[in-house]
Formats: sequence, structure tokens, C-alpha cells
Amino acid sequence: MQHQSQPMPDPDSDDTNVAVRVDRISKIFQGNEDEVRALDEVSVSIRRNEFFTLLGPSGCGKTTLLRVIAGFEPPTMGALYLGGRDISRLPPNQRPVNTVFQNYALFPHMSVANNIAFGLEMLGKSKGEIQTTVYDMLKLVQMEHLKARRTSEISGGQQQRVALARALAPQPEVLLLDEPLSALDLKLRRDMQIELKRLQHETGITFIFVTHDQEEALTMSDRIAVMSAGKILQVGTPREIYERPAERFVANFIGESNFLDAALSGGAVRLKAGGPAFAATPPKGVADGEVSILVRPEHGRVRMGAATEGELPATISNVVYSGEATTVHLRLATGETFKAKMSNTPAEDGGSMVQGAEAALSIAPGAVTVLKD
Amino acid sequence: MAQAPDTPLAPGALEHELEQADSRSRWLLSLPAIVIITLFATAPLLVMVLYSFLTPGDYGNVIWKFSTEGWTNVLMQRDIFDDTLIWADAHLSIFWRSVKLSLITTLLTLIFGLPTAWFVATRPKGQRELWLFLVTVPFWTNLLVRTIAIQELIRAEGVINNVLIFLHIIDEPIQMMFTDFAIGFGMTYVYLPLMVLPVYAAVEKLDFRLVEAAHDLYASRWTAFRRIILPMIKPGIIAGSILVFIPCLGAYVTPRVLGGGKNLMFGNLIELQFGAGRNWPLGAALSFTLMAIVMVALVYYVRLTSREEKTDV
Amino acid sequence: MSDTVPPRHPARGYSVRSLPGFSIVALFTVATLYAPILILVAYSFNSGTSLAVWEGFSLRWYVQAAQNGEVIDAAIRSLYLALTAAGIATVAATMAALATTRTRRFPGKTMIYALINQPLMVPEIVTAVALLIVFAWIKVATGYTSMIYLIAAHTAFCIPFAYLPIRARLETMDNTLETAARDLYAPPMKVFLRVTLPQIWPGIIAGMMLAFVISMDDVVITEFVKSAGQDTIPTYMLGQLRRVVTPEVNAISTVILAAGAILVSLFFWISRERR
Repeated sequence: MQHQSQPMPDPDSDDTNVAVRVDRISKIFQGNEDEVRALDEVSVSIRRNEFFTLLGPSGCGKTTLLRVIAGFEPPTMGALYLGGRDISRLPPNQRPVNTVFQNYALFPHMSVANNIAFGLEMLGKSKGEIQTTVYDMLKLVQMEHLKARRTSEISGGQQQRVALARALAPQPEVLLLDEPLSALDLKLRRDMQIELKRLQHETGITFIFVTHDQEEALTMSDRIAVMSAGKILQVGTPREIYERPAERFVANFIGESNFLDAALSGGAVRLKAGGPAFAATPPKGVADGEVSILVRPEHGRVRMGAATEGELPATISNVVYSGEATTVHLRLATGETFKAKMSNTPAEDGGSMVQGAEAALSIAPGAVTVLKD
Repeated sequence: MAQAPDTPLAPGALEHELEQADSRSRWLLSLPAIVIITLFATAPLLVMVLYSFLTPGDYGNVIWKFSTEGWTNVLMQRDIFDDTLIWADAHLSIFWRSVKLSLITTLLTLIFGLPTAWFVATRPKGQRELWLFLVTVPFWTNLLVRTIAIQELIRAEGVINNVLIFLHIIDEPIQMMFTDFAIGFGMTYVYLPLMVLPVYAAVEKLDFRLVEAAHDLYASRWTAFRRIILPMIKPGIIAGSILVFIPCLGAYVTPRVLGGGKNLMFGNLIELQFGAGRNWPLGAALSFTLMAIVMVALVYYVRLTSREEKTDV
Repeated sequence: MSDTVPPRHPARGYSVRSLPGFSIVALFTVATLYAPILILVAYSFNSGTSLAVWEGFSLRWYVQAAQNGEVIDAAIRSLYLALTAAGIATVAATMAALATTRTRRFPGKTMIYALINQPLMVPEIVTAVALLIVFAWIKVATGYTSMIYLIAAHTAFCIPFAYLPIRARLETMDNTLETAARDLYAPPMKVFLRVTLPQIWPGIIAGMMLAFVISMDDVVITEFVKSAGQDTIPTYMLGQLRRVVTPEVNAISTVILAAGAILVSLFFWISRERR
């Protein structure tokens, strides 16, 4: 389990395993009066063949980091390594890195095939090789039938595929994707998520994917870096990020959260609102005493009636039905609120809850995460 | 009005009635502008066509007698001895000079105007308006005054010659006035903003992510310029070229001031027929010819841009 | 590996917006746009008669121009002509703009539009010649020569210039304002005066200024239409160029430039306001 944001232990210090290493990079934009620190000493190693996602709200620096890797923004400080080689000073047209732009940036005066061929042409590939590669790429993204079309004459989803094919054609070491799915509607987005994952698997290229959509990040990534205000807060697998967020921001940004006050002492937490003691591993640097803990809504079970041993007394303040689940809003003895998500199955029967009634909340063991802040 | 209140409306009748009333009031509102322009711009063009088929009077104006001589004289002239038709070399050389100088001027304005437009359009937002203002101001200042400024620059005792002599690069002043060079230089100077503005508009609209995409796909700056930027701003370049070429072809003031009596262009040739030439029908025919050429250029431009738009969408 | 000190880069931009050599050509071009004008202005303050040798600062040419009856007459005539023509043209253009914007296609809309823009499509010299022919005929037939010919000609070619900014302003105007006024019982004229006019006012001012500048600057049409003794400032200067040129021409030019620069600045300022 890794909660860390900097100095890399084992697998990442070995450059043969690392595709991109970002070493203490800062990017400062000079405004008229103030300066904006878009990236603040960011360090991260992205492994080969990895589907790596930079996740964060808009303005968190994720796109800036992508543009630094692509070569469009020079870092103010720090260094950037590609396969162990310092590429900080290489212009974008000399970096073996390709980008799928947010709005695709397809050349409107060229056909689909010519768009895909562009990078290969620039690399001085032979005509025959260009033709084969373009054909392979068209096949890979299932666009053979539209190769002669102008890029302005195809749908958004098709443009997306062309943009992908164009960026993959020169076989870059790393593919950068700048919120490529944000312009698509929900259904198409779901399809493309699966498609992207397939492409990454088939090509074996390292993908660095930027998004603000937590669901997208969770479903597609091998690892996620959560960013905020120019810093990487946490790097980990989707599971780690969701189940063991290190900070309140990460917990809040990904999924729904209940934050409760608790006391930590010797590896056990006790909620202020009552209930039993829970075993928990606090993150590094958190000492015994007052702490905040996180419980995901689906880890709370509600039962009508008075609380008994191991349960927390509560009042039901609201019941929100949403199809497959019912969210029960509770008020605890301390005045804290708690949202419990119950599935509408006969076993859990979230639908039987009555607003205003007395209830008992039980929290699944192991569902309590101690936060850094 | 047509329907009594208690009879049901025929389908569309009320809509039709209101639409007609609306069209009527819109026509009425446009009437002053229409009348003024028709009387003092459009109708005179028709009268001009009529005059081109009349016989020149001895002291200018016309005699009301049908003749095609005016049109023949655009390209041909009668030999004074045997009355046979021969090519009017003087006219041909003036046409040639007009076209040649207009093309050269268009090219020069492009060479200087494109980087200028690019420069202005790529300034940070706050500075851009100031630069645009700087480029536009000369365009709105008096064309004659700007031509005079060029005259003073290139006269035998003008600033350029004085500086060159002072630097001992030349001993004698270079004769620049009353040459084709003077006309081309002057027209480039006065019409340059006409190239800068449409190209600026095109560059400003340019999606720079496309240029980034080109760089990302290993294109050098020059290749990205040639393969991506130029095709994208082509509509602006065409518009600028038309905007420069047309007034060049019909230029009157600049060639008159800088070209003197010998280096005539189309416009001066026309004027000559109403002055010393005393051949109004020929003047009218020449004017119509000029207008026709300009119309062809405009139609060509409109067709070109509408095709661009079609493929753009 | 990760404890080596990372190199510190200066913020060396890689901008896809910079193209080699373009800035130099652009700065050269902008400088070249202004240099001749500045030289012209400088020599208007020369105390000598020469346009070549600087003999010291003096305002004598301004004084001489101001005392030259022909110049004063031409200046007054130019102003009178430009104000009249621009005024009429602006009224006509405003009405036409109101009629041709914010509407579905109505029969003849394209024709009205083409007609209004017609003076822009035809080279000035052609319009000038056509007007010369027609007006010469009327002048001979009636014996009546007055400024009316110049006013008519200038008004006609000023209309499209006045029309453009007004139309642009109308097209960006919020249509619901007028609907709201009508909903609140305002009759058409009140809607126009109380809602539409205040909204499009900057466009009208801009259009009028544009028309004024265009009329003031016109040489070609004026040269062909004017009767004897009807010189405007530009035609007077064009006539002067045939003779020995003294810095008096520079002095007049400088005044025109200054007036023009002020008007253009105002125009820019007004069209900025609208955003």
C-alpha cells in the first residue's frame, strides 16, 4: 500500500521500469501582478505500459503537467526524464510523445487518412510504410470505411477515434490524453472508455490520461494521481485511492464521504458519536489524539429502532430514493450527519426507512479510514 | 383588415397579411437609402454604358449618334493615314502596367502584411488592440496625404536620396519619382492595411491547438507553417489579396502623384479621355471594362470563399 | 537517482505562436507605416522653403496656410460637404439598417442589401466618371451649378460606410428589449426612441464618423463632380502638387492627419464601448 506523494521506493527508482519520471517540477505563470504556481514541486514516476491517470478539479495543474511532458510548457524548475533521458530541453517536435487533444485538433483541411499520416510523414517514413501504418491504424480504431472523409464530415465519436489513431500512428513511447472524452455524450463516453482500455492493452504504450471525472479514472486506470492546487496529493491504484484516501480532499473528490470526529489511540479509533472501537492503520505522521475519519456511505447499515451494543444511536432526517439504492440521512448523537447508502434489495430493504424515526447505525469493520487532516 | 372579426381565418391568411405589411414597411424604411444610391451611384453607371455607344463631341461631351468606335478604341486605334485598325499599343501597355503593378503590389503587401498580421494577432490580449489600432490608423488617414508623404520621401531632394548621399553610398540622387517603382512603392504603402486586417482576422480565428498538434506530430516550425497554418489562414489571404488588388487596378491618385504624366495606369487613362483626350465614349467604355474586370474578380472571390465554407462545415 | 539535484531551467518558452523572422518584418512594417508621415509632419515645421533642408523650427507655414483664402474656403467647403453628406447618409443608413436586420428573408431583402453596398463594389474612378457624365448633362441642361451635386454624390457613397457599423450594432442588440417595451404598452415610435435608439446610439455615432472621414478624404469623385471654384481641401492639394510644392502642403496635411487621428481614436473608443 502506498500513500506517499514523493520519494519513490522500489519499482519506480529503477529507470528500466519507468517510462516518464517527473522530478520536482514547478511551473510558475507570471500574471500581471501575481504569479500562479500551476505546478508545485511535483514528482511522480509513471511506469511502462501503465494506464496512468491525472485526476483533479479544473485548475489543479493536471493539464499543465501534461503540457510540460508534451513540451509545450517549459518547466520553471525541475527535470523531466523519458526512459531515463533528460528531455526537459527538447522541443515538442523532437519528443517521442504524442497527444490526443481535448478537442482533438484534427486538421480540418485534410482527410482522415492524411491526418493519421501526418506524424509519419514528418518523421520521414517511406511511402509504403506510411500506407501500411495508416491502414493498420484505421483498422485498429475501426475507421477504414471513412478514410477519405474530411475530418469535419464525421461525428464526434469518429473524430475521437481519428485523433487516437493519429497520435498512435508514430508509435510514441508515451501517449498523452487531455480529457479526450469530455466532449462526448454519456453513452459514447462509456463505449470509448472500454475502447481506450483495449487500445492501451493492444499497443502496450504507456498512457497518461487527464480527467476531472472520478468515475472515468476509477474504471480505466492502473494507477491514479489525485492533484489539487499544483500538487499531487496521492498516487495509487483505483482501489487504494477509493478505499484508503490519505486526505480529506481526496476522499471528498472521489465518491461520497462521511467525515466523523474520532479519537485515535494505539491503532484503534473510537467515534465521538459512540459505537465500538475500530481497528485502523493511521497514515504516516498522524499521532494519537483527535482525528478525522472517513466512512463511505455504502459501509453504513441502518436499522429502525433503538441502538444496542456496537451500534450508534441516530435519527432519520431524510430518505432519498434513487432507483437501485436508498440514501438514508442520519443525525447522530453528536449532531454530526451521516449518509448511509442501502441497496433496495429484500436483504437490505432501504425502502422501509421512515423519516423522523429513531434508528441504529452500524459501521462495517475495516471501513474506517483515518485521514491526515 | 380583410377578414371580418367573426369569420374564421382562412389557413395562413393572417400570417400572410402581416408578412406583407412587414415587408412593405421595411421597403418604405429603406427607401431614402435606395433612392439616393440608385440616383447617384447606380443609374449613372447605366447612363455611362449608354454614352459608350455615342460619338465623341469635338470639345468633349458627346454627339447623340450611335457608334461602336468607343468600344473599338479600347483595344484598337485607327491609323491616321489609311484608317485601318491597328492595336493600340499605348493602351495595351497601360493595361499591362496596371495589371503588373497591381499584382506586384498585392504580393508585396502579402510579404509585409502577413508577418505583421501574425505579429499583431499573437500579442497578448491586452496589447493586441493597441497594435491593431497602430496598424489601422494609417488606413483611415487621408490617402492623398499618405501619397504626398511617399512623394516627399522619394523625391530627388527627398529624405531617402539625402540620406544615401550623406552616407556616400551614391553621389547623384536616384530618380525614383515618376517610375513604376514609385507607383508600386506608393500603392504598397497606402494599401498595406487592407491586407493586414483580413489576414489578422484569419490568424486570430486560427485554432493554435492545431499548430500544437502539428508540433506534437514532429513537424518543425516551418513545416507546421506550410502544412497547417497557411492552409488555415488562406481565406484571409485571399480576401486581403482581393481587397488590395481591386483598388490598385482602379487607382487614380497614387499613379497621378507618383507616376507623373508618363506612367499612366487604368484610372489615369480613363481620366485622360474626359480631359485632354476629349473622347467621352472611349472613357465610358474603358470605365465599363474596368468595372467588369473588378466584378469578375469579386465573383471569383465569392465563389472561392463559398466553396471554402462548404468544405469547412 | 532521485536525489540528484534537478536542473533549474529558465522559463524559456516554446510558443507555437512565434515564427522566426516574423516579428522583425512586422516591426519594420509598422515603423515604415509611420516614418513617411512623421517626416512629412516634421517638415511642416521647417522655417525654410525647402522640403529637403531643415532650417529650423517655425510655424510660418501654418500661419501662411491660415491666411490663404483659398485654403480657408476649401476647408470650410470640405467641412460643410462632409457634415451634410454624413448627416443625410447616417439618417438614411440607420433607417435602412433597421429595415434589413433582425428579420426573416422578405422579398427584395437581398436586393436592398446589394444596392446599399453597390458603391463599395465599383472602383471610385468609375463612379466618378459616371457621375461626371450625368451631372455635366444636367448642368448644361439647367445651367444650375451648386454644391448640391457634390452633396448628392458624397451622400451616396457615404451610405454604405455609415450602414456597416449601425447594422453590426443592431445585430448584437438584444431583441427581447423591444419585445419587453411592446409588452409594456409602448407604441412603435416610443419603442424606437426609448429603447432601440439608446441601444444603437454608439453604432450610429461610429457610422456617422466613418462617413464623415470618408467624405473628407475623397479626392476622385470630388475632382470629377466639382464645378469651377468648388475645391475641397483634398482637391486643392492635388492641384497644388502640380506647382512648386512648399511646406504649406505639409502644414495642411498635418492638420488633416491630426484631425483624422483624433476621429479614428474616437471611433475605436466608441466601438470598444459596445463590447
